[in-house]
Parts: sequence; C-alpha cells; structure tokens
Amino acid sequence: MSPEELEQIAEAERERQAKFKHRIKVCMAAGCVSCQSEGVKAALDKEVAARQAAAGGGECDCEVKCVGCMGLCAGGPLVAVGDSALYQHVTPEDAPALVESVGGAPVSRLVCPTDVPFFQKQKKVVLENCGNIDPERIEDYIAAGGYTSLMQALGDMTPLQVISEITRSGLRGRGGAGYPTGLKWSTVSKAPGEKKYVVCNADEGDPGAFMDRSVLESDPHRVLEGMLIAAFAVGANEGYIYVRAEYPLAIKRLRIAIKQAERLGLLGNNICGSRMSFHLDLRLGAGAFVCGEETALLASIEGRRGIPRPRPPYPAMEGLFGQPTLINNVETFASIAPIIRHGGEWYAQIGTEKSKGTKVFALAGSVNNTGLVEVAMGTTLREMVYEIGGGMAEGRQFKAVQTGGPSGGCLPAQFLDMPVDYENLARAGSIMGSGGMIVMDDTACMVDVARFFMDFCMGESCGKCVPCRVGTYHMHGLLKKITQRRGSTADITQLEELSDLLKNTSLCGLGQSAPNPVLSTLRYFAEEYKAHVEEHRCPAGVCNSENGDDAANEPPNPDAPVAIDLGSGKGGDQ
Amino acid sequence: MIRASTIKTLKIDDRDFSARHDETILDVARQNGIFIPKICDLKGLSPVGACRLCLVEVKGSNRLLPACSTLVEEGMEVTTTTERLQRYRRNILELLFTERNHVCSVCVSNGHCELQTLAQKLDITHVHFRYRYPNLDVDASHDRFSVDHNRCILCSRCVRVCDEIEGAHTWDFMGRGIESLVITDLAEPWGTSETCTGCGKCVHVCPTGALFEKGKSVAEMLKRREFLPYLTQMREEHS
Repeated sequence: MSPEELEQIAEAERERQAKFKHRIKVCMAAGCVSCQSEGVKAALDKEVAARQAAAGGGECDCEVKCVGCMGLCAGGPLVAVGDSALYQHVTPEDAPALVESVGGAPVSRLVCPTDVPFFQKQKKVVLENCGNIDPERIEDYIAAGGYTSLMQALGDMTPLQVISEITRSGLRGRGGAGYPTGLKWSTVSKAPGEKKYVVCNADEGDPGAFMDRSVLESDPHRVLEGMLIAAFAVGANEGYIYVRAEYPLAIKRLRIAIKQAERLGLLGNNICGSRMSFHLDLRLGAGAFVCGEETALLASIEGRRGIPRPRPPYPAMEGLFGQPTLINNVETFASIAPIIRHGGEWYAQIGTEKSKGTKVFALAGSVNNTGLVEVAMGTTLREMVYEIGGGMAEGRQFKAVQTGGPSGGCLPAQFLDMPVDYENLARAGSIMGSGGMIVMDDTACMVDVARFFMDFCMGESCGKCVPCRVGTYHMHGLLKKITQRRGSTADITQLEELSDLLKNTSLCGLGQSAPNPVLSTLRYFAEEYKAHVEEHRCPAGVCNSENGDDAANEPPNPDAPVAIDLGSGKGGDQ
Repeated sequence: MIRASTIKTLKIDDRDFSARHDETILDVARQNGIFIPKICDLKGLSPVGACRLCLVEVKGSNRLLPACSTLVEEGMEVTTTTERLQRYRRNILELLFTERNHVCSVCVSNGHCELQTLAQKLDITHVHFRYRYPNLDVDASHDRFSVDHNRCILCSRCVRVCDEIEGAHTWDFMGRGIESLVITDLAEPWGTSETCTGCGKCVHVCPTGALFEKGKSVAEMLKRREFLPYLTQMREEHS
C-alpha cells in the first residue's frame, strides 16, 4: 500500500458514491439500533427497491446507507435524507414518505431542525466522520481522508517529529486524568525494552457515559489509525484494544475494521512498505469497572485477575508482560489523525490555555436534547445545558450537573458560567473524567445521588486494598441510612472521615476518587443533608423511609463505639 | 559486583541510612529497627501494597506511598509517623475489625495474631465504625488444617505463598469488593483439593487465626515463617 494506491481506493469509492444522485443515511449506532433503526433500514431498502422495479429497473440512483452516530440520541431512530433534511423518531411505516421526499419537499412531521444550537454549537474533530461514513466499510473511511495521516507519518516524518507534533497540540489524555499525551508517548519511546506495546483502553464504564462506544461503533478505523501512528512514534509492534464485552456492536465493527485493515496491508508486517510492523488484537473485558484502571487492565489482558498494583513502576516503563506500554483512551487515539493531518498548532488553537482541543460529552439526564456532543474545551456549562442541551426537560428547575461519573462530583447552579476544562472542574471539586455529563433537576435528591454512586463504587471495588473494600461499604451504609431518614449528624462526620481516608490511602484511582460524589454534594448541598438528618425529611421528596428500611437488621444503639475484645494475649511477632 | 551507584542514601525520620537500590523503604526500616505497621507484607513474598498500613510520607510526593513496595531513592526523605498517618492506620485497622468477626479471646491465635498485636500497638480499644457481623463459613474438610473465613483479612499471603513458594496455586480469590473470599481450587472444599500438597505454608504465613492446624491448643498454634526468606534465597543461589 502506497499513498498513490490509497488515493486510488479513495477515488474509486468517490466514483461509486457519485453514481447515486440521492443518499439516505440511517443511524446504526447502538442508541438508534435499540429503537429499531434496523427495521427502518430494511423498510427503506424495500421501498427503494420497489420503486426502482416500478420504474422499470436499471441503475438505482438512491443509496440507503448505514452510518454511525448522528448525535441526537434522544430523537432516535435518526435518518438523514440528502445533505439537508434530518428526521427523528422514524418508524418503518414512514419509509414510503421518506423515499418520496427524496429530491423534493421534506416530510415536515418528522423533521428534526438542524439550525439549533445542538448542531450549530458543536465543533467536530473526533466525531467528524460520525454519521457520515459507513463504519463497516474501510473504503468509505479512506474516501473521507482516512489513513492519509498514517501515510504522512510513515513517509515524511520521524517518530520524534510525530511526538513533537502531538506535544505541540497540547492534547491531554481523554480517559479522565488528563495526562499530557505527548509526554506519555515520549516516555514510552525512550523507555528501554526489547518489545513495546500500544493498548487502547475501551473499557468505558461510567454510568451514563457512551462516548467511546459511539466512536468505536461509528468510526472504528479512526481509532486504528491513531494506534498505528502511536505505534510508529513509540516503536511498538503489538497492540491490544481492551473493549468491554457489553459493547457487542463496537466489538463486531472493530473486528471487521481490523480484518479490512489487514487485508489492505495497513496492519501486519511491513506496513505500507516501511520497516514498521504492527499487529492488533482485541481483548474483551468481563464486566469489571476497575479494569479501566491501567494496571488492572494490563493484568486482565495478561489473563490474570483484574486488580490494580501500586505504581511506580508505571506502565510506560513496565507494562504489559513487563514491557514498556503505551495506554491511551479511545478518544485520545481518535484525536491523533486530525492532529497529524492539520498540525499540532491547529489543534492547539481550539480550547483553553491549559486544555486544548475538543471534548466529546455524553449529555444525559433531564435536558431536552440528550446525546453525544463534541464541543471545544472551555464551553460553559450554561451553553451545554441551555443551548446544546435545549434547556431543562419539562421546564424544570436546574439543580446540578454531574461530571466524571462515579469519580466525579455534582456542581450546582453557581458554576453554570464556568468554562469546562480540566483545571476548572478539578478546582470546583469534580473531574473531567471520560466525559459523562448528567444534568439533574429539582426532583433529584443529592444525597440519593451520592448513595447511587457509592453503591456503584462499592460493587465495583476489587477488594484488594482495605480502605476501598471496607470503606466504600461503610460509606454506602451511612448514605443509605441517611436516605432512609434515620441518619444523624454523627453519620455525616463519619462520612467526612471516611472520605478523607479513602482519598488519601486507597491503592488506585477507584478508591481515591470514590468519595468525590459525597464530598461535592456535602460541599454544595449541605442543607439537603441537614434536612435529612435533622428534620428527617427529603426536600426533593425522593427518599422514602418506607422503601427498603432495614433498621430491623441493625444492632441496638449502633452509633456508640464498640469495645473490641482483644483478649488477654501479649500479641505475636510483627 | 555492586557498583557504587546502586547504593542510595536516604533519610528516614531524620536519620541517615544507606540502602541497595533494589531495597524498599520497609526493608531499610526493618533492618534499622524502625517500626512501620504492615499486615499484608511478609518477607519472602512479593509485595502487593494492599493493607495500606505501611503508608509513609515522602518529601516531594503529594501522595502517601506504601513503604512495602516503594523502592529507595537517592536523597529520599521519609517520615514514618505523623499524627495523620497514625489516624489513618487506626482507621484502617478499625475497618478490618468491622469487616469480619474478630473475637480474640476465643481465637486459636490469641496471643500470636498480627492483627491483635497491631491493634494493641496502635492503642485501639474501641471501633467507631459499625460492625458488619457477616455470616461466613468454616471449612474444616482438610485432614490437618481449617480455614475460618470469619477471621480472614484478605491479605493474600496464603495465595502468594502457595503460588510463589510452593508452586501449587491452590489458593485464590473469589468475588470482589466486600464479597471477596479466599478459596481453594474452584471454591471446592479444601479437603477435596487435588492441587493442595498439604505443605501447610499458608497456615504459617496467615497473620490471624483464619488458617490454623487442627488439634492444636492456643499455646501450641505458633506460626513459624522464618523459613520463607531462606527458601527464596537458597532457590536463587541454586538456580
């Protein structure tokens, strides 16, 4: 495969597409598939075929195409006709009307307006191909300019130049912590080792987050290209994509993408005639949230139990099978190709001073437009909620926005005008995380929200270190007690004590960040906790003591310290 | 041959020490009689950093570091005991006491239990977190040994000694989080295990009374673990 051959494939594909006068695009990402977009696709196919037969056969001038996520998941199934008309809530029965509208007047009852902030305010870099290309056809990706960045890197650049371009872009890890990507790449490239690995972390597990899934389902080749460029830069020749087994559609499309890339010589030995070899394989996660933590993820790939280990040594020095390993998130790898194509400077122009580029958010909760959005860093929460999100659902009052999943925090209305970037979120007591954003209205009880996330962390704690294993259990118990309106002020003190313990003594990020939802709600919604423990009422009317009250199972006077029976022994060796 | 650059000098609690580059903070502390509490660590087994009792403050690091798995570095300044560290250590021990059913006076390891010793050393008399009182099994199916999950603190010493020293890998974990349990083979009764060699190392490395020999009185159930470092050392020398 040479740049010329790549161009030939792109040209052939463009010619093939030009044969069709009209194009109907049906969203085939998990969100729309779950509301029967496959049925819509079948009905459209049938309708187009019927019309063609009625017209006496011959060349068909209308293509019904499967594409990836179009963003507005709340309006699914989504269908785009031509370049202008987007339709929402389409059913198979609508197929005749839609096909009829091709090249004519749009079907007004289904139209989804695209001149609204939800579409206008977005800045698509990672998602540039989502909703446009067929994720199961490599030709479509190549026609859209795919794999040219890889050619550029292999042909015209040295690994060092690639790394400095990434460093110049200011890209930071999109998995949550925001570690500078260029620095990570440079560390791995300099680490001594006979073999190096590149690993893509696609174990997205935050409740309410689906950015990585959508990218993998809509544009899998973009991730492959990013990994290939990374492998070239750090000198790796083997890689893994660790994807959770709960994403069957993403897995299927990744498998197809890998096969296609291998067939074209974009994966394998002597890629594009260069000396570089890179072999890529999938590993499926077995449903443990903690496997998103890099050392646990590596243990899982190695076939061991997915539990974290102390760092250092960092995976960049001693990672998979003891070799230097580069681990980045799906979105990070998906940002690489555009950076190489347009240059680091171009990317660094987008965003804020310390957080460059764009970020994909999974907007969920009580806003009108839920779905996948990509915005420049520094967009304010108000723009996210009231413009892109289309305002609060059912005209309700805004209460809080939760970012960063179970490791993040809840931010109240006073932060609505805060530009969203890594620093500002951290200062406010939350984190960027992988990009989940859950908007909550006045019907949400913040204590109950904290309890929900603690329940999640308790269930997902691996059980290796004591503070996380036992601490999350106790914190959950205390929150449950408070939401059952049996709590006391002492319980809140103990929550604070345990939060401090977990944050500072847990082994990995899961335990260290597990108290964040509690700490942020205690900080900004203290009056709600107070109402629960002092007046034994829930201001939002969510917590109901009749539900699941397990006071009967508790020992009498549980708040008094219990003397421990240490026996009379003198103790053993230490 | 040891090159000069492989010897590091560091400060622990304002005292100067030198150490080999592959030694941990805990190794140096142990050699010099500085007490750092720990319960998952055992000389001769690989460190796991799980109990978090040995966390120490290192100047220049914004996180607390586990002494058992942090290698020494040139110019390192370590503080092993502060009011904050002691509070965390007491909290962690209290959490361990609430997790399962630890009643020293009726335990076969009374008097030679590491959990008990640590609680005494750190002046713990009361637990202010709520007890879980789980209902756990005792597996007495093995001819010579028993496992009482009520006294297990999930330190993974038995798992490591069985895998790393004996090479049988009979022990492992089941479940996760608060539901974790050590198991023999695929959670089958210990007595029916075909991989267990009956060597008893797991019993002797167990810091509490979770693993014990049958038919021994409290006074007799002393645990001997001096053999571990010798075993590893001899194997290294003869390999």
